[in-house]
Amino acid sequence: MAPIVRVNDLRKRYASGFEALKGVTLDIEEGEILALLGPNGAGKTTLISTVCGITTPTAGTVTVGGHDIQRDYRAARSLIGLVPQELSLEAFETVMNAVRFSRGLFGKPRNDALIEDLLKQLGLFDKKDSKIMALSGGMKRRVLIAKALAHEPRVLFLDEPTAGVDVELRKDMWKVVDNLRKTGVTIILTTHYIEEAEAMADRVAVIDKGQIMLVQDKAELMRHMGRKQLRIHLAEPVAEVPFALADYQLDLATDGASLIYTYDTRAERTGITALLNELQRAGLQMRDIETQESSLEEIFVGLVKGDAA
Amino acid sequence: MNIEAIRAIYMFEMARFFRTYRQSLLAPVISTSLYFVVFGAAIGSQINQVEGVAYGAFIVPGLIMLSVMTQSTSNASFGIYFPKFTGSIYELLSAPVNFLEATVGYVGAAATKSLIIGLIILATSFAFVDVSIAHPLAMVAFLLLTCLSFALLGFIIGIWAGNFEQLQLIPMLIITPLVFLGGSFYSTTMLPPFWQAVTLLNPVHYLISGFRWAFYEQADVPVGISLLAIAAFTGACLAAIAWIFRTGWRIRS
Repeated sequence: MAPIVRVNDLRKRYASGFEALKGVTLDIEEGEILALLGPNGAGKTTLISTVCGITTPTAGTVTVGGHDIQRDYRAARSLIGLVPQELSLEAFETVMNAVRFSRGLFGKPRNDALIEDLLKQLGLFDKKDSKIMALSGGMKRRVLIAKALAHEPRVLFLDEPTAGVDVELRKDMWKVVDNLRKTGVTIILTTHYIEEAEAMADRVAVIDKGQIMLVQDKAELMRHMGRKQLRIHLAEPVAEVPFALADYQLDLATDGASLIYTYDTRAERTGITALLNELQRAGLQMRDIETQESSLEEIFVGLVKGDAA
Repeated sequence: MNIEAIRAIYMFEMARFFRTYRQSLLAPVISTSLYFVVFGAAIGSQINQVEGVAYGAFIVPGLIMLSVMTQSTSNASFGIYFPKFTGSIYELLSAPVNFLEATVGYVGAAATKSLIIGLIILATSFAFVDVSIAHPLAMVAFLLLTCLSFALLGFIIGIWAGNFEQLQLIPMLIITPLVFLGGSFYSTTMLPPFWQAVTLLNPVHYLISGFRWAFYEQADVPVGISLLAIAAFTGACLAAIAWIFRTGWRIRS
């Protein structure tokens, strides 16, 4: 099946001369959750804004559901829902009216049953006649999601859905997104919280300085890019790493009771067998061994730093 | 044509109007009544007639024009500026809506609001003075065109404005003086020849003159010229809006 969103060599240079996107190419598959991960100012919001039609691209093309976002903007935009980063809402309007407005704006006939259903899904139903200004930040975020979904889009962009949201609400939002996925909506979310990408995404795209650094299946990314640590607990503490093991660049824990070996899971040989043999030969008794996988965060920092070097 | 979008924008804007009906409707009625008390009763009693019309009745078309022009401009400018201010304009920009549809929705709602206000002022004036309408159809046509063209102007101002001060600037510094100096409360034939000539440069003058003709068949300039002037003004505003949406000026980076 053709990707639902195809971004091809997309460039954006603002009037100020700042080049926010330097040739981004990215395919997004139908039904997946893609996390667009990157530090502040990496170009995440510009990328989303351009796909959604808020920003005009300088060069490159984007198709959504096969429709070019510029030539065939009506068809393309009808398929897209956008939840912006800022809580940009008309404060004096009621939740119901605000969501109804969004549906109409996208050319869909009024359907209050559908909107009420949507509000129920998002836990907003009892607030439907409340004015938006009376809602908490978390509730406002849900109103934005309801507005974005009101015209039944097939692709949903969530720009920093949990920015400035407390831990409780963040978990809550993850649940909301998980439920959305079950309805078959393709979700692209930007975040600079690694744990968010780790918790929700199927694939991760890392963007930095206007360029896609990497796009990969999340599990694969963690498997391939991940560095693992082997921690060897010794029966007797040692004062220093034995000279015979110098090649392995081991770290000695402060109490001297364990040795830490860091290895790359992508490497052809991890060196574990040889290390264990060497340990035996050096006469060290092992009490226990354990391995630790690095988090997406560490991978990410490694990538962005590697780029700076 | 995205009819649903036009309907959605129109209804949303009208809801804003009815939500603040005290401010939206009562304020113009009260200020108009004050004008009648001051100009009609107090000062008007000292003035016999203007061009054969009692002064109190003579100012009715000018008063309606004053309110309609300022209300159209401020309603339309606020309608589009507010989403820009709150950031909620992202939704309009990302929606399958073209410039014509957005303009029809926002400007249509603003024009409707000021039309309602204009008609309320007209109704109020019957309570104070003896108003007669010689050409009701022409009166309605002038009123509609004025509501529409000034709502278009307001829409442009709302897109242009970068802050609330700029939003108020043009209505306050340009429209209000033009309306006052355009003969809303006097006939320009009362002016010395030099100032009569200057008034011919005031576009608002043509609208007030035409509108007053519809009431009392008395005009400072030929009614055909009035119609032409308002048509040209509407056309210029439409062209400006088309350009704004094509280039994304001030709304799309």
